[in-house]
Amino acid sequence: MRFESPDTIEQAIGLLNTCEGTSRVLAGGTDVLVQLRLALVEPELIVDIKHIAGMRDITAEDGGFRIGAAVSGAEMGEHADLVALWPGVVEAMELIGSTQVQGRATLAGNLCNASPAADSVPAMVAANAVATIVGPNGTRECPVADIPVSPSKTSLTKGEVITSIYLPARPDNSGDAYLRFIPRTEMDIAVSSAGVSLTINCDGVVTQARVSLGAVAPTVLVVEDASSAIIGTKLEDAAIATLQAACSAACNPIDDKRGTVEFRTKTAGVMAKRAALIAYSRAGGSK
Amino acid sequence: MVTEYKEGSVGAEFNKREFKVVGTRPPRPDGVDKVTGRALFGADFTAPGMLHATVLRSPHAHARIVSIDTSGALAMDGVKAVVTSEDFVKQTSSGNQDTLDNCMARGKVFYDGHAIVAVAATSVKIANAALKLIKVEYEILPHETDVDAAMLDSAPVLHEGRKFRNIPEGNNANVSGYWEFGHGDMDEGFAKADIVIERSFKTAATHQGYIEPHATLATMGPDGRGEIWVCTQGQFMVRDLAAAFVGIEASQLRVTASEIGGGFGGKTTVYLEPVALALAKKSGRPVKMVMTREEVFRASGPTTSSSTDVKIGMTKDGRITAGQAKLRYQGGAFPNITAMLGAMTAFASYDLEAVQTQAWNVLTNRPKQAAYRAPGAPMAIYTVESVVDELCQKLGLDPLEVRLLNAAKKGTLSSYGPTFDEIGLVATLEAAKAHPHYAAPLGPNQGRGVSCGFWFNFAGNTSVSMNINEDGTVAVIEGNPDIGGSRASISMMAAEELGIPLEKVRTIVADTNAIGFNDVTDGSRVTFAVGLATIKAARAAIQNMCGRAAQIWGIDADAVDWVDGAAVPTGHNAGDFPPMSLAKIAADSAKTGGPIAGHFEVNADGAGVSFGVHLVDVEVDPETGFTEIKRYTVFQDAGKAIHPDYVEGQMQGGAVQGIGWALNEEYIYGEDGKLQNAGFLDYRIPVASDLPMIDAVILEIPNPGHPYGVRGVGETGIVPPLAAVANGVSHAAGVRMTELPMSPPRILAAIDGAK
Repeated sequence: MRFESPDTIEQAIGLLNTCEGTSRVLAGGTDVLVQLRLALVEPELIVDIKHIAGMRDITAEDGGFRIGAAVSGAEMGEHADLVALWPGVVEAMELIGSTQVQGRATLAGNLCNASPAADSVPAMVAANAVATIVGPNGTRECPVADIPVSPSKTSLTKGEVITSIYLPARPDNSGDAYLRFIPRTEMDIAVSSAGVSLTINCDGVVTQARVSLGAVAPTVLVVEDASSAIIGTKLEDAAIATLQAACSAACNPIDDKRGTVEFRTKTAGVMAKRAALIAYSRAGGSK
Repeated sequence: MVTEYKEGSVGAEFNKREFKVVGTRPPRPDGVDKVTGRALFGADFTAPGMLHATVLRSPHAHARIVSIDTSGALAMDGVKAVVTSEDFVKQTSSGNQDTLDNCMARGKVFYDGHAIVAVAATSVKIANAALKLIKVEYEILPHETDVDAAMLDSAPVLHEGRKFRNIPEGNNANVSGYWEFGHGDMDEGFAKADIVIERSFKTAATHQGYIEPHATLATMGPDGRGEIWVCTQGQFMVRDLAAAFVGIEASQLRVTASEIGGGFGGKTTVYLEPVALALAKKSGRPVKMVMTREEVFRASGPTTSSSTDVKIGMTKDGRITAGQAKLRYQGGAFPNITAMLGAMTAFASYDLEAVQTQAWNVLTNRPKQAAYRAPGAPMAIYTVESVVDELCQKLGLDPLEVRLLNAAKKGTLSSYGPTFDEIGLVATLEAAKAHPHYAAPLGPNQGRGVSCGFWFNFAGNTSVSMNINEDGTVAVIEGNPDIGGSRASISMMAAEELGIPLEKVRTIVADTNAIGFNDVTDGSRVTFAVGLATIKAARAAIQNMCGRAAQIWGIDADAVDWVDGAAVPTGHNAGDFPPMSLAKIAADSAKTGGPIAGHFEVNADGAGVSFGVHLVDVEVDPETGFTEIKRYTVFQDAGKAIHPDYVEGQMQGGAVQGIGWALNEEYIYGEDGKLQNAGFLDYRIPVASDLPMIDAVILEIPNPGHPYGVRGVGETGIVPPLAAVANGVSHAAGVRMTELPMSPPRILAAIDGAK
């Protein structure tokens, strides 16, 4: 196994593009190291991208924030302006693992691991986050929602690396939230989860909304029926009930040791309902 | 918090006294080593030329081994030895043979993870690569992992042709044990009841969940002498089994126990140790073996799972008229007696005229169960305490009042045979009733659960030596690994008895050639039995020191008393001499006859049973089935708390493990008979944020069988939480829960089903 720690993205891409066997990009390593220890993968090449300029920076850009691919969850949590703008994305990232894992784990890594239960991904999808990808054919932008294609598979092609994730600007009176269900209080993997991002007007009426679900389908679901259920409402009980039912109806989960189809379907709706109420309150709405 | 109990009793050993050291809370003697990393655990031992060994394990739940070809592995560079069951000595006792067959499969594999071949090589990497070159041909057999299904005539038979003793007609060949206990006329008892409730319960297998995996280092020279360093609850047990399995005499194998990162009963048997020794014998090199976490789950002892039918009758005013339980346990592929202990303990908290329990042990394709804190009792008492709670609920009676009305006390004929001596159940129930927790208001979706718990406690074979050093310090040498603060408690009892400051005493856990035999650290026996032996060893040393003083003073030895760490004349008639301290007598020992020591060896009795009562408030989320533990208080009789911090720690630790058992922990098997959750991610022990502070209230009802009144405290604490949490959840959710764990999907399904 070869371990490389290049200084430039071009070097990283060159290494990955010319590697004929299995390769892994290492940012925080909180998934890659586990895979190595469990002998799930024996890569020929590991490319550490932490030392490439910009990878560890959080940069304000056009009213939003660009988050480098090697920025840790703990660094995001300590960035007051980022937390103020996208509290739901930050709280989703900070739910991952332990304090020690938080010092390493990254948004981009969580996305590229392509787990249906990844915590940060539903929150990023609700936030309309966009990934910047650099590869042998140059730079492209891709909505976060289009990166995972199935469990453990992404749409990235050979030699491509996500260099940053952009969380866009948003209107005043906006809020987002992420909730997951786990059988204990931490150190666990979502059985079902929901991200909600919304904007309200001065009357407290929802003008924009985006609702996503995690761990209830092979990839994160965007539930249009759920967002349309609350747009134009003040999250009255009937609207919330419709959102909850729409979310449950959208679920297509599996039965496994972590939860039954029935349980995931029901709790996904409950998580979405509760996340919507938190997002609404963060947007300044009062109920 | 320690509640003083007023009426002390005087028994064969116990004498009421004022304590100076006992009952205080000094810093723990192993604390600095453990926080600085200097403490040596099982995997910390190395030796020159050491090899690393790993194990090939069965991927099948049940299969006949047709052939094993290890030639590919042996041909690999760096591989130094390979062992299979062929390399071990056939055992005359069936229990030992079962243990050996569990260490290394012989003819058949009985469960997913069963060890088949071990390879010693110059690195773990080479050993693992060599495992892949071993060819095992299997004849796959049908398997069964469920306790009830394994009792059916259609179930695959694990041990064909093997006869188990005392099994009644009508049971299939997987039933390896049957027991019954009780007294009184059941029909008459149930006829007296105003209400009878019958319920069936299931509990899942849980793992002890110790943080330190099994680890050992073994050496064996060409002279046939061996050494083992190991993380274990019993170095003598390791010595006896490993020596027998490789065919050497006990004195030729010295076993040293490391510090231990948790045991809870799970380290009272062997897995790797005989295998490492056999590989060391074959290779002539030291061999180290360390289990991965996955191996710990797949192949080391979980506890039994159970299926139980309970029937209890009660009068309108809360008197239990009869109690009956049929307990079916499975503890994996080899016989065990855990079901018997369940049948003995199920109704132990109650004074009953009519009680009957029956227990079956059933063999299944799961790993061989190992002891886990009060083995058998938590799941048995869970079922009885759930039905008692439901009876109270139906009759509108206070659950603590009903338990007080029916509580076992001194003179009660216990449900399992003996008549109780001084016991603390009533005092414990009264303490719970008087505690502010019991009167605190509950919020929405909250429920309060109550349960009693019981454990026998054990004493057993024990040896202690004590050396009075010339500088006035004292070395206590004992033979039980310290799994719960025993070195602190033993030092404190030695200091108390000798009348010297605690700092002058150091207790060490010795190897098998340095001290007489000791039973494993189990049955909450160490503070009781080793404590008792320590006190008696100190008394032997004191007698010796009084003799030395008498010699110096020129008076009779029986004219000398021992007061506050010094020899004194018994009175003016004996002579007028100032007190002669331990330090002075020790300093002059060379002139008065040589070194001074005391020792004591005994197969101790009189351990003294222990009762506990737990109160818990839970909140159940009606939309997700998630249970939050809001408040938890443990009340337990410690006899005498030598070091209250450790006693409280035992009570809290038992409660936490029981909470995990009640809410989330379970062995999950697929249709293929493979364990699906062999890791801490999906085998969910509670994490710190899952729990409130567990309040501990120590009761002290002296045990007549111990000089200071000590009772074991290590196990009773895990007994009540299963029922306490289940009763709380049942009240909070508005539906009676009868299966553990009460995981959120199960609770949500019950809530939705009751609508």
